Amino acid sequence: MPDLKESALLSVENLQVHFRTPDGVNRAVDGVSFSIQSGETLAIVGESGCGKSVTSMSILRLLPEPPARLAGAIRFEGRDLLSLPEREMRRIRGNAISVIFQEPMTSLNPVLSVGRQIGETLRLHQGLSRKDAEERAVEMLALVGIPEPRRRVREYPHQLSGGMRQRVMIAIALACSPKLLIADEPTTALDVTIQAQILDLMRDLKRRVGAAIMLITHDLGVVAEVADRVVVMYAGRKVEEAAVRDLFRTPRHPYTRGLMGAVPRLGAAERPGAPQRLAEIPGMVPSLKTRIDGCVFAGRCPSVTDLCRSHAPALEPKAPGHLAACHYAPKDALAA
Amino acid sequence: MSQPLLAVNDLRKHFLLGGGLLGRGARSLKAVDGVSFTLEKGETLSLVGESGCGKSTVARSLMRLFPPTSGQVVLGGQRIDDLSAGALRPLRRRIQMVFQDPFSSLNPRMRVRDILAEPIRNFGLARNRADLDGRLAALMERVGLPREALSRFPHEFSGGQRQRIGIARALAAEPDLIICDEAVSALDVSVKAQIVNLLQDLQRELDLALLFISHDLAIVEHMTHRVAVMYLGKIVEIGPRRAIFLAPKHPYTQALLSAVPVPEPDAGRTRIVLRGDVPSPINPPSGCRFHTRCPHAFARCRTEEPQLDKVGGDHFAACHLDGAAMPAQAA
Amino acid sequence: MSAAHPLAPEVPAGLAVAQPLPDLYPPRKAYGRIHRTWRRHPTIMIGGAILVIVALMAILAPYLWTVDPTAISTSRRTRVPSAQYWFGTDMLGRDVYSRVVYGARVSLLVGFAVALLASLAGLAIGLVSGMVRWADGIIMRIVDGLMSIPPILLAIALMALTRGSIENVILAITVAEIPRVARLVRGVVLSLREQPYVEAAVTTGTRMPMIIWRHILPNTLAPMTVQATYICASAMIAESILSFIGAGVPPSTPSWGNIMAEGRALWQVKFYIILFPAIFLSLTVLAVNLVGDGLRDALDPRMAKDA
Repeated sequence: MPDLKESALLSVENLQVHFRTPDGVNRAVDGVSFSIQSGETLAIVGESGCGKSVTSMSILRLLPEPPARLAGAIRFEGRDLLSLPEREMRRIRGNAISVIFQEPMTSLNPVLSVGRQIGETLRLHQGLSRKDAEERAVEMLALVGIPEPRRRVREYPHQLSGGMRQRVMIAIALACSPKLLIADEPTTALDVTIQAQILDLMRDLKRRVGAAIMLITHDLGVVAEVADRVVVMYAGRKVEEAAVRDLFRTPRHPYTRGLMGAVPRLGAAERPGAPQRLAEIPGMVPSLKTRIDGCVFAGRCPSVTDLCRSHAPALEPKAPGHLAACHYAPKDALAA
Repeated sequence: MSQPLLAVNDLRKHFLLGGGLLGRGARSLKAVDGVSFTLEKGETLSLVGESGCGKSTVARSLMRLFPPTSGQVVLGGQRIDDLSAGALRPLRRRIQMVFQDPFSSLNPRMRVRDILAEPIRNFGLARNRADLDGRLAALMERVGLPREALSRFPHEFSGGQRQRIGIARALAAEPDLIICDEAVSALDVSVKAQIVNLLQDLQRELDLALLFISHDLAIVEHMTHRVAVMYLGKIVEIGPRRAIFLAPKHPYTQALLSAVPVPEPDAGRTRIVLRGDVPSPINPPSGCRFHTRCPHAFARCRTEEPQLDKVGGDHFAACHLDGAAMPAQAA
Repeated sequence: MSAAHPLAPEVPAGLAVAQPLPDLYPPRKAYGRIHRTWRRHPTIMIGGAILVIVALMAILAPYLWTVDPTAISTSRRTRVPSAQYWFGTDMLGRDVYSRVVYGARVSLLVGFAVALLASLAGLAIGLVSGMVRWADGIIMRIVDGLMSIPPILLAIALMALTRGSIENVILAITVAEIPRVARLVRGVVLSLREQPYVEAAVTTGTRMPMIIWRHILPNTLAPMTVQATYICASAMIAESILSFIGAGVPPSTPSWGNIMAEGRALWQVKFYIILFPAIFLSLTVLAVNLVGDGLRDALDPRMAKDA
């Protein structure tokens, strides 16, 4: 695998995020590394508690310390965000790195008009005048496919539907032409037909705006539709990384395989030989409050051995561009 | 023809919204507006649709968590919608419900034993204490929880385990029908599969009827026999799984199915992306309720409301496009 | 890491093992139970400790080097604090220390009695209001009416109708506090009624009285307990105010309020007569509020989920 770290837009190296809680230290993220190239869409997939949202919050430095404590490095355009003073960080947030959250209603300010909220970031980061900012806000609303942007720009969040609000969130996020857009479960709170609209919009914007996207989701369907590359996380660790096609064609980590078997595919039930039962992953996610020395998936893995329980596997290339953290994952001869 | 287990006939539930003084100008939210279906013993019928389509209101009306505005609910030949609360109580045993949120559906201050014993005691199902204990143990085994868990409190369990307790509570009443209101939606993928499998096993073993309410079409396709698609308080299409998923007739069903993201890159499907949002059920569109978003709408759709017409064996759709003119699926 | 697993299998050649990662927080020592409670709920522990001390003081008053708190002596009026009269003496020559110690009895009795009575009455009214729709309108209008009168004025008005005694003080403050509890309970009941577990109880055939007893009532107790502590604190202050203006317990019974009332005339020259009861009143009220805040955090289900 070529070393892309130098050229990467964002590279996260050995990130650890631990939280102090009343009954122990929660190792929410423990040694996660990945990088995102300009213009690329990287999906981070995992179930609740796997650390995917904590990772994105650490990139934005939005975690209060304490109770959180961070280690490792997060390099954005060569600068380590973890050692940047808060003043510098504020200049980056909402400007070079912006974010879309799951719940559009609670992330919008209910007492400011939509135009003001888009304009605010522009005036703050790009020093635009009030008039120019509003002009640009109208452009942005048009860009994200909101009909009658001139009228909508004066409306308040409660006057908009859920789908419209998410479009506004995207407009705010894109207003300053960010280099990296973090989308944390951007379609989870939306209905299927609205989700389809937003996914279409995101794919379309990816082509037109050219920002790198870090998509955080639990939905493998969404991943397959928009991502270029995928990182699979489990219990605070990265267990697999691959290009989207490789991952879906040949998942190498038993957890990834389990996830894929657990999700029914639309249209599959009527195919001959369709399984009558879904593949289960038995058991549940281990507590992160006790230190796990072995593989984090050992307790639920169908092919676990004593070795897995005592020695955590390293994340290794198993095929070109395909990393997996499993002692027994199939390895292609090509991978050195 | 034999009696269906459950027959729902023209069910309506309108919620009055606070209007002016003395109820003048009060508007109503037509959450469910004329829904009819039947359910046989041992069968799964899924109600699908987007938020606000009225699928949960149907469930709550059937459970009589609030009285329906009009319509009939017939359980095993007996009308239950007009019974008094006292007369209904013994019949409640036959329909049970599994709720969406595994956290708020269990009383945090009751032990699992007391949660499960409540329906058994209420319906007088256990002959004596030993019988009760036996039933509790059997229920725990049936839903795959250790017997020792009976003495624990809900907060000691994970989401998936809590949902198992919720299912055990429903089973404790020995029902004929279980209504699952988004029962797996709040669960993580790997746990969701466990619960879906559990529900399927229970249905087979106990010959249960399931009314499975969900917005997750892939799960629905996996486990259902028949599907009813709802839009703004009405069923727009109802039929066997095969017909609905392979040859949907209603444009809304087609759009809904095409909108589901499939976990296969390069699946190469064409997607019907609907314009706009679901209109408000307080003031639904005239004629066909879907016409504001329908890609095939024409003049008649705006004025005349289509009825559910037979489009195949046991397959009904409410659309003015006649069978021949109807677009092939995912046109 | 292999050190932690003496029996761990040898790693076969060619398998890569992940580098162990450091702990960012030092590993926690195993604390004892008291230590753990202290770390989690320091306010409950501090407040509770002060309350225990004040309560012991009230119970053991005769044994705490006190003299008769009502004994008048013209020969030792208005003495400054000294080894003999720790807090000095008042205008009538009574020992302020003894009066303050005995005064704790009145404050604690009034505080806890009002908290208990007002909670029980408010709970009953709130439950009826929350569960019975037709009664709700009537009850809530009466409660609104009562709440438009400041509680202390209501208590003063009630005391004006009767003679001063501890029982009457308790009753007057209780009546003034009931509306607030009733309103809180009603709000809690209304939100509990919507909880899926209450709906589940309905669908499993539970009768209404049993639903209230088993599903609603136990879940109102947590917010009730927190509210009761605040009522306790405000009742102690109300008692002092009533006694201070002469509408409270009879002057023959020492209470922090009437000790301060009696010291009022001399406060510029003999400030300590007011100072000591004031310190005890403030400390006790602070302690009760600390316990209340701690309980609120401890009983909050959102906090419980993380724990």
